[in-house]
Amino acid sequence: MAEGYITHAPGYVLNDGPKIVTSRFVHDDSFTLTRSRATGGYQGLEACLAKSPAEVHDEVREAVLLGRGGAGFPAGTKWGFCPEGVWPRYLVVNGDESEPGTYKDRLLMELDPHQLIEGCLIACYALGLSQCFLYVRGEMALAQERIATALNDAYDAGLVGKNILGTDFSVDVVLHWGAGAYIVGEETALIESLEGNRGMPRLKPPFFPAAIGLYGKPTIVNNVETLSNVPWIISNGAEAYKRHGSESSPGTRMFAVSGHVKRPGVYEVEHGVTTFRDLIYGDNHCQGIRDGHQLKMFIPGGGSAPWFFEEHLDLPLEARPVGAAGSMLGSGAIVIMDDSTDAVQACLRVVRFFARESCGKCTPCREGTTWEEQILRRIYDGHGRPGDIDMLLDVADNISPGPYPVAADESQGLEAVPFPPKQTTICPLGPSSVAPIVSAIRRFRPEFEARIPVRTTIPVSAGQR
Amino acid sequence: MTDTADTAEGIAITVNGQAVEARTGELLIDACERNGVYIPRFCYHPRMTPVGMCRMCLVEVDTGRGAALQPSCMLTCAPDMVVETESDLTKKAQDGVLEFLLINHPLDCPICDKGGECPLQDQTMAYGPGESRFVEEKRHYEKPIPINDNVYLDRERCILCDRCTRFAKEVAGDPLIHFQGRGNGTEVNTFPDEPFASYFSGNTVQICPVGALTAKPYRFKARPWDLEEVESTATIDSVGSRIVIQSSRNKVLRYLGVDSDAVNWGWLGDRERFSFEALNSELRLTEPLIASGEGHRVTTWSAALGAAADAIAKTPASRVAAIGGARLTNEAQYVWAKLLKDVIGTDHVDAQLGDGLPADLVLGLPRATIADACRPGGTIVLCGPDPKESLGALYLRLRHAVIEDGATLIELTPRSTGLSALAAHTLHPRPGELGALARALVAGTTDDVAGVSGAAIGAAHQAIAAGGPVTVLLGRASAAESAAVVAEAAAALSNIDDVGFLSTLTRGNVHGALDMGLAPGLLPGRQRLGAGIPRGWTSVPSETGLDSTGILTAAVAGEVDALILLGADPLRDFPDRHLAEQAFDAVDTVVAVDTLPTDSVAAADIVLAAAATTEVAGTFTNLEGRLSALAQKVTPPGTARPDWIIAAELALALGGDLAIQSLDDVWTELAAMSPVHAAIDPAAAAERDGVLVTGTIDYTPVEQGELPAKDAYALRLVSVRAMYDQGSSLAASPSSAGLHREPVLALHAADFEKLGVSAGDEVSVTSARGGVTLAVQSDPGVPRGSAVMVSHLGGPDPYDLIDTTTLVTEVLVERA
Ligand SMILES: Cc1cc2nc3c(=O)[nH]c(=O)nc-3n(C[C@H](O)[C@H](O)[C@H](O)COP(=O)(O)O)c2cc1C
Ligand code: SF4
Ligand code: SF4
Ligand code: FES
Repeated sequence: MAEGYITHAPGYVLNDGPKIVTSRFVHDDSFTLTRSRATGGYQGLEACLAKSPAEVHDEVREAVLLGRGGAGFPAGTKWGFCPEGVWPRYLVVNGDESEPGTYKDRLLMELDPHQLIEGCLIACYALGLSQCFLYVRGEMALAQERIATALNDAYDAGLVGKNILGTDFSVDVVLHWGAGAYIVGEETALIESLEGNRGMPRLKPPFFPAAIGLYGKPTIVNNVETLSNVPWIISNGAEAYKRHGSESSPGTRMFAVSGHVKRPGVYEVEHGVTTFRDLIYGDNHCQGIRDGHQLKMFIPGGGSAPWFFEEHLDLPLEARPVGAAGSMLGSGAIVIMDDSTDAVQACLRVVRFFARESCGKCTPCREGTTWEEQILRRIYDGHGRPGDIDMLLDVADNISPGPYPVAADESQGLEAVPFPPKQTTICPLGPSSVAPIVSAIRRFRPEFEARIPVRTTIPVSAGQR
Repeated sequence: MTDTADTAEGIAITVNGQAVEARTGELLIDACERNGVYIPRFCYHPRMTPVGMCRMCLVEVDTGRGAALQPSCMLTCAPDMVVETESDLTKKAQDGVLEFLLINHPLDCPICDKGGECPLQDQTMAYGPGESRFVEEKRHYEKPIPINDNVYLDRERCILCDRCTRFAKEVAGDPLIHFQGRGNGTEVNTFPDEPFASYFSGNTVQICPVGALTAKPYRFKARPWDLEEVESTATIDSVGSRIVIQSSRNKVLRYLGVDSDAVNWGWLGDRERFSFEALNSELRLTEPLIASGEGHRVTTWSAALGAAADAIAKTPASRVAAIGGARLTNEAQYVWAKLLKDVIGTDHVDAQLGDGLPADLVLGLPRATIADACRPGGTIVLCGPDPKESLGALYLRLRHAVIEDGATLIELTPRSTGLSALAAHTLHPRPGELGALARALVAGTTDDVAGVSGAAIGAAHQAIAAGGPVTVLLGRASAAESAAVVAEAAAALSNIDDVGFLSTLTRGNVHGALDMGLAPGLLPGRQRLGAGIPRGWTSVPSETGLDSTGILTAAVAGEVDALILLGADPLRDFPDRHLAEQAFDAVDTVVAVDTLPTDSVAAADIVLAAAATTEVAGTFTNLEGRLSALAQKVTPPGTARPDWIIAAELALALGGDLAIQSLDDVWTELAAMSPVHAAIDPAAAAERDGVLVTGTIDYTPVEQGELPAKDAYALRLVSVRAMYDQGSSLAASPSSAGLHREPVLALHAADFEKLGVSAGDEVSVTSARGGVTLAVQSDPGVPRGSAVMVSHLGGPDPYDLIDTTTLVTEVLVERA
C-alpha cells in the first residue's frame, strides 16, 4: 500500500496539517464510544450543555461553518431560519452522499459516528429540538451498522435520549436507511422519502425546509461533514476554528480526489487557502498526474460541477472564486482526468448518470437527460449526424436556458457567468447533466466532430461493388 | 388550490406590459387567465394542489431580483411582479417543454380517443416548435393495461402530469395508482394485484391531458368532433352533479363532469358517470304494454291510457294511490301531482318508498347547502347514510372540507362509513336509540347512552360546543330503523344554535318530488294540504293521505284498488318486500310508468313507457333544494313519452283537463301558486350553479314512541346500501353491473362467541318477517349487538327481514 494510506481507513490519506474532523481516523477503533471518549468525544456536548442554546448557536454562527453538502450555505445562518414559535421542528442529517466522486461522508460515518452524533446533539440543543433523523444512503451497509451501534452505545451511556448527561435536555435520534436513489440527497426529496413517499423534490420556493419541511414543520437539513465540524467548534471555540482556512471559508474541508493522480483519496485540508494545484500536485497530497501523462481536465466539485482545466489549477479551494470561474466546489469531490481520457466518453458517462438518476418529476429533466444521453451515445458510437453537436447544446439549453456558467475568458470572447446555471426544472439535477456537455463541447469540440462521420458516398458492401 | 374571494383587495402586477389586478392569494396562472392571458399548462388543475411538474406554464417573472423562468401554477401573485408570457425566453422554454413531452409521445392521434379534444394536441398546435428533432426509438409499453374494470391505461401516451395520481390520492382518497420507476422509465401504474378500485376512477379519464387513460364505455366509440353536447344535471342520485351530456347519432355516449362551484366541482362518481348506459340499454321499455296471460303484450298508447283511465275512473279517489316520482323532472312531478291530487282527488301519494324521511323533516327544518356543510372550520354531524356509498360527489366535497378546510366531522351512524377515518368523533348508537344519543350529545351527558360511552359523547359535545357552524346531514342510514327514530334525533339536534340540515335522501329527484307535493298532506310549493285550493286548481283532497307504508298496508287490507307507480319498484325497493308482494296481490290494477322492466313493472297490469333523463327537458331539485336544468339531448326510444305528457293525456282520458300544454305552462302555474317558486326565474336553473329554492314549512317534532325491550338473544338489524348493487338501473349498465359485492352478514367479532359462530360460517338470520341464509363476517366497523346487511345485492336481502311497522327489526342469528 502506498505511503499515507491506512489499512483500517481505506480511501483516507493521512496528510500533514490540522485535523478537525478526521482526527480519530488514525485509530483502528475510531468508531467506538471508548475511543471517542478517550480522545475528547462528547466534550463538545458537555461544553455546550453548560451554555445557553443562544450562545451555542452564536458560536457556530461566528465560526462561519459553510455547509459541506453542496450549496455551501453557512450553517449558523441556516439554523436561524426556523420561523418563531412553530413547533415541533426537526433536524435531518443528510447522509445520502451519492454525488459522483464523493466518498468523504461515508468515511465520517464509518470511522467516527460518535462525532456526527455529538454534532447532531449540539445542533439540537442550539435549536431547541428534540427529534433528529439520520438519513443514511441505502448502499452504505457499514456506515449504517456503525451508526446503529454507536447510537445504541450512546443511548446506553445516557448521551442520547431522555435527560442527556443528567440535564433536562432530551433528544431522540432516528436512523433511517435510504433505498438507493441519488435524488434523495436533495434535501426536499430526502424529506419526502423520510415521510415514506417517493423521493421527489418539492418545489422551493415557495417554501424552504427551514420554514416548511418534514411533516410540514420547520426542518434543518445539514450534511454529515457540516455537523461533524460542530463538536470541535464548541470544544475549541469559533476563534480557534477561524484560525484555520481563509476568512470567508474557515476551518478545514474534506476533499475526495479520484482519477488519474498518483495518490487518490480523501484529504482533510485547510479550507479556502489550499489550491487545486496544491491538492493535485502537492507531495503532501495527490502527488501529481500518473507518470507519462498530462492533466486534461478535472471536475472540481462532483459530477454536477462544470469542468475545470489547467488554467484553473491556481484557484483556491474556496466557494466564491470557484463559483466566479463558472463552477463549484459542490460536494468536495475532485475527479482528475489525464490526456488518456476520451472527452466524449467522459461526458457520456456523467450524463448517463444523471439520466438514470432523474427522479422523473419534471419534464425537461425526465425527457431531456435521456435524450442527451441518446445523442451522446450515437455520437460516441460513430453514428452522429451533422448538426448533432449544436442540437445537443440546444437540448441542453432547454434544460438550463441562457448563457452557461463560465469564467471570463477574453480569448473565447466570453463574459464571466457565475455558477449556478439557470433551470427550467424543479431541482438542479437536470441542469447538472448540462455541466459535462457544455464543458466538454466548449473545450473539446473537435473531439466530438471527429466522431461524426462525414459521408460523401453511400457505403456499399464489397460484394455489390 | 386557492380560493379567492371577489372582494379581496387587488394586487397590482404587470403582465406583458399591461397593468393587471390580481386577487390576494391568487396564482399567477389564474390571474393571467382571468385577465385574458392564457398560459399553457398540463399538470395544473384548479381543484387540486399545484405540483409544478410539467413545466409548461413557465413564464418569465421579475419579482425585483431579475427576471427568471418560474412555473406560474406555483407562484402566488405578489405586488409589482412583472410577468412576460410571450418573451423569447418564455417561448423558448415552452417550445422546449413541448418538444420534450412529444419526443416519447406516440403519434397515434388518429386512433386515440383523446384526439380532437386533447390538451397536448391543442397546445402543440398553439405553441411548440412544430417539428421534432427526435430520431431515436420512442418508449414502448404493453398497451393497454386495465387498471380497474372500467379504465384502461396506455402508458406510452402518458406525460406524467400527476393529475390522475393526485386525484386518486388527494381528492378520492384511493391512492392506488402511483408513479413507479425512475427517470425516463417513470410510469403510472397500480400496485401488483391491487386494481385502482375507486368509486371515482372515471374522473382520472376526464382530467388526463392525453389519451393515456380511457374508459371502457367510451373507448373507440366516437370522435370528439362527431359529438354534440349540452349541459345538464345528473339524476342518478340527489346531489344533482352538473354534467355535459354528449351524444352522437341520437345516442348518448358520455357524461363529463362540469365544475359547478356550488355542487360537484367537476367530479362525478363512476356510477353517475356511466349511468347513461342504462338509458341506452336493450332492456328499455319502448312501447306501452298491457297484461296478457302470464306476461305483457305491446299495445297502443290510446289503448293503454284508456285502460288506465277506466281502472281509475271506476275507483273511488280514496282507493287510488300512487307511489314514486323521484325519477321525474320537477315539471313532470308537478303535472302528476296536479293529476293525482286535483283531477283524481287522492292524497295517497308518496314519492318515497318507506326508506326515506317524512317530508316535514326535510322541508320543515332549517336547510343548509353543501357549501354550508363544508364551511372552513365548521362542524358536520353525519346522521344518515354513508355518503361514500350513496352520494359520491357529496362525499368528495365532505372529504375536502375535513382534510383541506379543517371541518370537524361527527358521525352518529349505525356502523362505520367511508368517512370514519376522517371523523373526529364516531358514535354508533344501537339501532332505535339514535334519538336518545342525539339528546345526550346536545345536552352533553357523560353517562353511557345507546351503547355509546359517556366519554365519547362528552368529547363530541365539546366539539359542537366549541363553536363553528353546525350542519347535520340528515337521512336514513338504515332501512331497518324507522324514520321516526331519525325524526326524534333531528328534533334533538335542531336545538343546536344556528344548526342547518342538509337532507341526504338519496333517490334522484326526491327533493323535487317533495317540493312538487308528491307526498301525503302536501301540495306543490312546500304548502300543506288545507291551505285552500291553489290558483289554477279546481279541488284538493279533503284528507291527508297515506305514505307508502300506509298505502301498501291499506292495500293488503283491501282498501286500495288502483295503484300507480311513477318509476317506483316497491317489490324491490320497499324495505318490507313481503308487505309489497301482498299489496300487489291485493290491488285490482297496477299502472306502472317506467323506463326499465323492473320486478314491479313485470307485475303491473298496464305499463306506460316513459322517456328517461337525457330525453326530456326540465329541471331537477337537488338535496339542497337547488334547482338546475335538465336538457334533452336525444329522443326517447320507440314511442316512450315524457312523464308529464303521460299525465296530461291520462287526465284527458279521465275527462279532466290540466290546462297544461307546455313546460312553460307549468312554470306559469307554479309562479302563481307556489310561494317558494314565485320569485324564481326557471331560466336561472340553466346557470352552472342553478338557483336555490328557499322556504320552509312549519315543523312540529313527533316522538318516536317506546322501543321494545331488547331481546337478549337477538341482534338489531341494520340495512344499508352500497354504491354498487343489483338495482335495476345498475343492472342495465354493463360497466357497473359486475361491481357489486357478495352479500354477507357483518357482525362485531365480540358477538361471534356469544352466537357460537366463526367468520365465514353460513348462518341463518330470522326475523318476525322471514329468514335468509348467508355467510357471516367480522367487521370492526359494526357495533356489538348489531347485524349489518347490504340490500339489493341480488342474494339474501335484509328487505326480506324488515318489518316497517316497528321501530327496529330484531333478528336471530344461528349457525345454519
Ligand atoms: C441533486 C442533488 C443531490 C444532492 N445530494 C446531496 C448529498 O448526497 N449529500 C448532501 O449532503 N447534500 C446533497 N445535496 C445538497 C442538499 O440539498 C442540501 O443542500 C444539503 O444537504 C444541506 O446541507 P449543508 O447545508 O450542511 O451543506 C444535493 C443537492 C442536489 C440538488
Ligand atoms: S430536475 Fe430531475 S431530479 Fe430534479 S425534480 Fe426534476 S426530474 Fe426530478
Ligand atoms: S395517465 Fe394521464 S393523468 Fe395520469 S399522469 Fe399520465 S398523462 Fe397525467
Ligand atoms: S402547469 Fe405549471 S408546471 Fe405544469
